[in-house]
This record gives sequence, C-alpha cells and structure tokens, in this order.
Amino acid sequence: MQIPRFWRQIPNRYNLIGVQCENCKKVYFPPRIVCPDCHRLSIGKMKQYKLSDKGVVHSYTVIYEPAEGFENQVPYIMAIIQLEDGPRITAQIVDCNPEEVKIGSRVEMVFRRLGEDGKAGIIYYGYKFALVKTQT
Amino acid sequence: MRDVAIIGIGMTKFGELWEKSFREIGIEAGLRAIEDAKISGDLLDALYVGNMSAGKLIEQEHVSSLILDYSGYSSKHLPAVRVEAASASGGVALYEAYLAVASGMYDFVMVGGAEKMTDVGDAEANRELCSTADNEWESIFGATYASLFAMLARRHMYEYGTTEEQMAHVAVKNHKFASKNPVAHFKNTLTVEQVLTSSPVATPIKTLDCAPVSDGAAAVVLCPWDHARKFCDTPIKIAGVGLATDTIALHSRRDICTMDAVVRASSKAYHMARIGPKEVNLAEVHDCYTIAEIVEIEDLRLVKKGEGGKATAEGQTDIGGKVVVNPSGGLKGRGQPPGAVGIAQVVEIVQQLRGEAKERQVPGANVGITLNIGGTGATAFVSILKREN
Ligand SMILES: [Zn+2]
Repeated sequence: MQIPRFWRQIPNRYNLIGVQCENCKKVYFPPRIVCPDCHRLSIGKMKQYKLSDKGVVHSYTVIYEPAEGFENQVPYIMAIIQLEDGPRITAQIVDCNPEEVKIGSRVEMVFRRLGEDGKAGIIYYGYKFALVKTQT
Repeated sequence: MRDVAIIGIGMTKFGELWEKSFREIGIEAGLRAIEDAKISGDLLDALYVGNMSAGKLIEQEHVSSLILDYSGYSSKHLPAVRVEAASASGGVALYEAYLAVASGMYDFVMVGGAEKMTDVGDAEANRELCSTADNEWESIFGATYASLFAMLARRHMYEYGTTEEQMAHVAVKNHKFASKNPVAHFKNTLTVEQVLTSSPVATPIKTLDCAPVSDGAAAVVLCPWDHARKFCDTPIKIAGVGLATDTIALHSRRDICTMDAVVRASSKAYHMARIGPKEVNLAEVHDCYTIAEIVEIEDLRLVKKGEGGKATAEGQTDIGGKVVVNPSGGLKGRGQPPGAVGIAQVVEIVQQLRGEAKERQVPGANVGITLNIGGTGATAFVSILKREN
C-alpha cells in the first residue's frame, strides 16, 4: 500500500474511530460518507464516533501462506470480529495459541505493529485484538 | 429487446503458457470462436474484452484496442471495450455485450476474456487477487484472498455442520472432470485423503482446496437469435442473465455465508428465462476455493441452503446426480485465468448443450447455468443458456 493512502486512515486505524449516522443512529466502521440505509438524508450527518474496543469472534482462520510483508508472523490468526457497536471488522488476533480461539470468543483491541512495506521500508501500526481473559 | 444467441466458441488451453504472450492467447481464442461460428470476421460490429489486471501483471493497459489491432481489424476502427470486475471481468463483459445485441445496437459481437498470470511470480499473482477484496480494510491487516474464503468456510462449518471432507469432495470431483478436458490446467485425479492431508494455506483451506493461477483466454460470438440458424446448426440461446453487487469487504455482508449478489443475480436470470432451479441440468460455478462451490450452489438454489457440502459428498453434483456442477473441471481443475473464467464457463455449457463435450458429456443437457463472481462475491454474473430444438 502506498504511503499517503495509509497515512490518511491513521486516526481510524489507531483508535477505532468510525462514524455514526445522526439520522438513524447506526454506527459504521470503517467510516462512510453516506449511510447505506438513509442515503440522501444522511449527507452531512455522518459524525465521528469512537467505537467500543470490545467484540466477539465471528469467524477466524490461521494463515500459513502469508500476505506480503507478514512472512515473519507465520502462522498468524486473522478474524472477522463482531464489535459491540454493530460493525464487523477484519483484524488479527494475537497473544494466544490458535487452539484458544473459537467462534464466540470475547476479544478486545490492542495497538500493535501491523506490518512493513518492504519496498518503502515503512513500518505501520494499527489495531489487532486479544482474547479477553475470563475472571476466576 | 431481442433474443440473443451464441453462435461461436473458442478457447486456449489453460495453464502455465510460458511460451505465449497476452496478445497471442487473446487472439487465439478469438480466431477459434470466429472459425467455430463460420462467419467472416468482417461481420463483427464490436469487441468486448474482460480482463482483471493486465496493467499490473504484464504492465499493459488499453488491452481492448491492442487485441482488436492484433486480430487484424485496426483498419475497420471498430468499437472495443475492456471491462474490469475482478475475476468476474469476463462475465460482466458478456453481460455488456448481451445488452448491446439485445438492444439492437449491434448484430455481431465478439466477447473475450483473457489473463496472463504467470509472467509474474506467485506472490504477486496472489496480491493481485487479494486487491479485489477491500485493500484498505482487509488486505492491509494481513488478510489474504484465501483467508477470506477460509473465514467464510469456518462460519459455514459452524452454522451448517459443513466438513473439510465435504469440501475435499469438490476438489476430487472437479479434478476428475478436468482429467477428461483437453484444455485443463490439471490432468491428475485426487483422492479425499490427498486433499485432507495437503499443507494448510489458511485453515480450514489447504493447498488442494485452492484453484491454481493460470494463463488462458476464451471467446464467444453473439448475434440476434433470428439470424443464428443461418450460421449455426445448434445455436444456443442466452435465455436469462443477471448481474448484481454487494459490499466489497466480506465482513460487511448481511451474512458472510450467503452471497446475496449471487442470490439476486440468479433470481433475475431465472425470472428472465422463466425457469426455476429444478430445470437446470448442469452448472459452471466459480470454485476458486472448494468452499466457494458449496456456498454458490446453495445461493443459486440448486441445493438447499446449508446442504451444499452434503449434496457434493453424496454425488448429487456429479454425473447421475441432481445437477452436474463444473463438468469442465471448474477453476479448481480447468484453471483460473481471472479475466477468462466467466467466458470459459459459457464455452463449456455451450459445448455440453450442443452435445460436443465427448468424455465429459452430461447426458440430457438442455439447460445450463453459469456463475462468475468477483472478489469474495462483491460482483456476481449469472447466465442461463438453453438448447432450443
Ligand atoms: Zn442512517
């Protein structure tokens, strides 16, 4: 990914900042310029919204053939996470063994190094998720 | 709107065609389609080309004019249009060409699809496939194309009890068909055991659940149905078409286990063809991964939702079953040149409906359906083809 394209999204990737449609109150992440439910009525009414950093695992996979720039993380866990505020997102799950992850596992956001753009030598950061340890 | 016929088909071998360039394979498929249609190329009114990533993969854009030029028609100054919709580029090109002929704008149109994947390495080819998902919100976090289908598979297993063994049956069936297809990338047959023990790519997807990346091209010639019998003994009617879209990212879908774009595109096509899923004898679907075939036959309503895996393992999608799926070998066995897939699916169904598929012939083939998807299902193109006696 080219550098400007990455930098533009930094606030969102660092802090789970999405938008809320003021017309129907639905929350979106990543941010959208119009609400897919309200269309015209949402123009100018999509306001920044800081999402809860908690969610549950909707689905997951353990990657053995990595994306470029992720070679030294193999094997790594990718998941689709159902956030408490409604949206689903794609992110890694870290700090655990793959066997510990299940559909329905509770997770929370952690801030980590995402990967590296080999050509430009740029390291970029953003959200990953970790299992919420259950209280005993 | 006029009825539209397919009067000519042609394709190259699919596979690693090191010795051939993009323009060579594009023209080879086109010339075969013209020859098959027994028309003079001078009759052509326009060319549509489906292509995903020539700019990235061979550093050549503007491939519509390029193909027309090297086909020898530059002096006719024909309209030529390139269509891009990821791995559905070929299907969407066909959709556009269909509209042009049905509307009366053109009479004779060539539609081709072509992709040269192996001029770059595997990593780059896979990155190109991955860029058809949401690059900024999926790929950047380390998601690969396979991993997205893997998460779809895991959820499908959770909701419907689909198993890895059922997925393996898709690969086994499609390699069996491919072994009888002279243009197929793969000629080897597989066992369920071999698929299950192949190395993990993104669990539960293993190496032998994945379609290869291939080079290849395919082409068809369309004309108004009323002219078709002048050129062709067995013209095939395009009885219905449907094109639909969905969110670019898998995670944003209403249900990650249902391709709503496939449901919508096929509903339109069935309605237009005035038939239901029960009347379909054979299908060519987009099995980029084995789970994709399972979900797609459900969303085309060829089997009940959630029962795609079970139906496959029971042989319901093999010869002698309810509906024969991917008699060409599919993307898994025949190969996957993204831009060409949608056209190659139509080429196979036309061969089957004409009764020219030799060893792969599906008995009693009268109605066939094709499904070509882009990305993880953000685009879906469906066609229903019919033999009219
Ligand atoms: Zn709204």
